[in-house]
Order: sequence, then C-alpha cells, then structure tokens
Amino acid sequence: MASNSKTLRSPLQVARGLGSAKHGTEHWWSQRLTSIALVPLTVWFVFGVIGHLGADHAAFVAWMKSPFSAVMMILTAVVTFHHAQSGLQVVIEDYVNVEWQKMALIIGVKFLSFALAAACVLAVVKIFIGA
Amino acid sequence: MANGSGRPLSPHLQVYKLPLTAVMSITHRITGVGLTVGTLLLVWWLVAAAAGPQAFAHAQGFIGSFFGLLLMFGWSAALFYHLCNGIRHLVWDAGKSFELTDADRNNKVVLVATAVLTVLTWIVGLAVW
Repeated sequence: MASNSKTLRSPLQVARGLGSAKHGTEHWWSQRLTSIALVPLTVWFVFGVIGHLGADHAAFVAWMKSPFSAVMMILTAVVTFHHAQSGLQVVIEDYVNVEWQKMALIIGVKFLSFALAAACVLAVVKIFIGA
Repeated sequence: MANGSGRPLSPHLQVYKLPLTAVMSITHRITGVGLTVGTLLLVWWLVAAAAGPQAFAHAQGFIGSFFGLLLMFGWSAALFYHLCNGIRHLVWDAGKSFELTDADRNNKVVLVATAVLTVLTWIVGLAVW
C-alpha cells in the first residue's frame, strides 16, 4: 500500500474497505504441506538412489516396473517441483525489486518447474507401461 | 539509537557478525536453491532411463565420474541439511522451541544430524556400489 505523504487519511483508513484477499495463508500452507510430504519421500528416494548406484538399464527398469516404486517416484518428482517453485518464488520476491523482472522470473520458474515435473512423470509412466 | 527514532536497527550485514542461528537460516535458503538446481540431474536420470539403455548408461557414467560424485556429495549434504532444518521449521510452525536455549541446542542437533546422515549415506552407498 503506497501511502501518499500528503494525504491526511491514516494508513488504516486507506486500507479499510478494500476487503481481504481471502487466500493469504494458501501459499504458506502449501509450502508446509509439501514439506511434510517430502520427509518420507526424501527418505525413500535416498534409499532408492543408494540401491541403484551404477545400476544398469535393466535393473532400473525393473525398479520402476514396481507399482509402489513408480508411484513413489512420481510423487517425489511432483511434490519436489511444487515445493521448489513455491520456495524459489519467495526468494525471488525477497531479492528482486524491479516489478517486471520479479514477475518474469516467477513466471519462468513456475513454467519450467511444472514442465520438468511433467517430463519426470512421463518418463516414469513410459518405463512402467513398457512403451 | 543511531537513526534517532529510538527504535532498534536491523543488523548492518557488512559489519554485523551473524550468530550461528542466522547463518543457519540463510543456509536453509541457499541449500533450497541449490537443491532446485540439483533436480535437473533427477530429470536427466529419469528421462535417460525412459529413452533407453544407451542414454541411461551415459547418465550413470556422468553420475559415477569424479565431477558427478562431487556434485552428488554436495547435493546429499544440502538435502540432509534442508531436510533436518526443514523439520526444525515445522517444529517452529507448531509454536515450539522459540527460546534462545532451544535455538542454540537445535543448531547443534541439525548440524550433527546433517553430518551423520551424509557420512552414513556415503559409507553405505560406496559399500553397496
């Protein structure tokens, strides 16, 4: 709220009546929700990576053919990218002060994150159905 | 106060020695950004596996190279730090551990847990490789 120094109205008076945005805690809540989900997903992922260090293609495919592993990998990728883009949004909002640069970066990060998440999901699905 | 308002000043970052709690706070953000860059390797790994044996062998070869292992070590340490400090954030969100003595103790808990988990992961990882 850019408060004009020449106005006699108090900041409260200027803000009053504009109404609430109604979803002020949405971003905060989704960051927490994805953090909680990522605790077990990260532990599963670390064990999975350790189990497939230097694995050949056949061993990796066999791993992703398991419905449990495929679902966990898809969840890990989707929730990770959701968490990453909402975290990067806050970092950008904090440090980039030129409005158009801030908007361009946030839009770019969000588009790229969801594109990469989609690529991960397609990769897992392709291996799972053996196409 | 120097600004004449009688109100406290925020720390002047060039001359103020950050306490460990503050260093760990900004490290959480730095590791978060670093881990996001690290997701590119995850995408490469999965897409290469979907593309076929040749592409997958290429990706696995990079991960197993000296530079690949160096990146993996950095990312594993960053991952465990962000995981442990993230759990600490969730504890804060629950309204707990705001006392200075809690903060000092939890600094150490997070740092020791990060070191132990990272070293343990690499011992197990290199053993089964």
